[in-house]
Amino acid sequence: MVKSKNSTSQVIDQIGTQERVARLFSRSIKKESKVQALHLALSMIDLTTLEGKDSSGKVKQLCYKASHLHDSFSGLPNVAAICVYPTMVPVAKKALEGTGINVASVATAFPSGMADLQAKLDEVKSVVEDGADEVDMVISRGEFLRGEYEYVSDEIAQVKEACGNAHLKVILETGELVTLDNVRLASDLAMEAGADFIKTSTGKVSPAATPSVVLTMLEAIKDYQIKTGKKIGMKPAGGIGTAKQAVQYLVMIKETLGNDWLSPDLFRFGASSLANDVLMQIVKQSTGHYQSKDYFSID
Amino acid sequence: MSKRIDIQKTYKLFIDGKFPRTESGRYIKWTDSNNTTVVNICRGSRKDFRNAMVSARKASRSWACRTAYNRAQILYRIGEILEGRRDQFMAELTLQGLTKKQTASEIDQSIDRFIYYAGWADKYQQVFSHVNPVSMPYFNFTVPEATGVVAAIAPNDTSLLGMVSIIAPVIAGGNSIVILASESFPLCSITFAEVLHTSDVPAGAVNILTGYRSELIEHFSSHMDVNAILYCGDNGVDKKLVETNAALNVKHVIQFPEQNWAKDEHQSPYHILKCQETKTTWHPIGV
Repeated sequence: MVKSKNSTSQVIDQIGTQERVARLFSRSIKKESKVQALHLALSMIDLTTLEGKDSSGKVKQLCYKASHLHDSFSGLPNVAAICVYPTMVPVAKKALEGTGINVASVATAFPSGMADLQAKLDEVKSVVEDGADEVDMVISRGEFLRGEYEYVSDEIAQVKEACGNAHLKVILETGELVTLDNVRLASDLAMEAGADFIKTSTGKVSPAATPSVVLTMLEAIKDYQIKTGKKIGMKPAGGIGTAKQAVQYLVMIKETLGNDWLSPDLFRFGASSLANDVLMQIVKQSTGHYQSKDYFSID
Repeated sequence: MSKRIDIQKTYKLFIDGKFPRTESGRYIKWTDSNNTTVVNICRGSRKDFRNAMVSARKASRSWACRTAYNRAQILYRIGEILEGRRDQFMAELTLQGLTKKQTASEIDQSIDRFIYYAGWADKYQQVFSHVNPVSMPYFNFTVPEATGVVAAIAPNDTSLLGMVSIIAPVIAGGNSIVILASESFPLCSITFAEVLHTSDVPAGAVNILTGYRSELIEHFSSHMDVNAILYCGDNGVDKKLVETNAALNVKHVIQFPEQNWAKDEHQSPYHILKCQETKTTWHPIGV
């Protein structure tokens, strides 16, 4: 249990982090390696729709897309999961039957997390009962920033318990945590409280996943693995829309955490428009012609 | 005090409303006919074109959705700013081998082109739209609308007027454009980009590249996000390549031979129509 801010958590060198990011992102990945990276990125996507106007029709369409990314091109993987609001879980579960694609549901009063603990736990139990394989919870940022680390930690632990067999992803909403020190502390808290994945953002707050934040969280995962031997997953979400960014992040994970994390079991992209951009790049690599959105499914 | 050294202009590309150097870092040495002036021109690459296309696509919708009246104002504004830059274009055209008389007439006509198409920008749709008689209870009408993104290979033997004669009708019709400037006379193209930059033309609506035709024509014609390809020139191999690649996604193909761009036939509302899609609407009416 983390008692106070400075007892266990690292202080992050912001400039150093930015420089390391810049160096990693300048890598150029070409030809076969690029194609491989793009396929891998595709298989790591949590195809997401989190809008107030979501309808069961939209969710069904997204589920169809998840398993038929671009049928005119063979050898493409499926995405890892579909990420929806709690009310859409039954719809998604039914639509994805037999595809092997997971259903992830946001919960705990997403995106603000402003609800009492019991309401959050009930919501989590209900989505798990409906068949969600993965639960994306948000931490109480207000409590965190007030210094109530124990509250945040307990909350995560109780949500984890409510999840049962479902995987728990903990959204730190780094855009509201202000400093990298806070990001590191929140990462440590979440992992110690039982998170299977830590996730940057809800996608509703700007900035969402920034490279510095992702690197900070990856370093936290590495330290946690050295300390405990456990492998925690990572999910940057929000603002990742291009294949180029996706490949840059893959470079970052490989260099920070190694090959084990180059798998959908331990790394995911939360994105809605990334899949099409990656697909366009894959087809470009194969045909040699730059592609147009006109010939791909609507996001 | 020592003699002052002239500050030379750096000729760059015009992409997304900015003036980047080519991402490839390459350049072409351009010299005037007396070998007295040497200018480094960016040798644009495949990736420069791709970046320009991304920007043109982003800009195309908002440019097409502006009111025709606003597009007309902006085209007129380009004419205004061009007028104010007369001396600079004079100097560049002279450097590229034109006589004083030719220079003056090329600039006059370039300005007039924009004023001409500014006039047509908010009228061509009325003129070319029509109501079609149908023997069913429908009000059936047809309107021309912008086709989207146009990739163009500008005429090679004029520096300014040819390029202007291509760009003006395309943008008057609400399209965005990526144009490869004359390979032999590239100087005016980037100065013209500075005119566009100060004329309220939204970023990305017009992108100007410089470089080798032979290198870029393949990419201009094969990019799947291009809706129309416009080629000016007489090279048979290039023309065939354009047609073949255009078939990949059925682009419009518009070709012009090298010719005298000063002729009156180069300003006509029919040039706007070349980069338009025809939309026909069947609107139900009470029986």
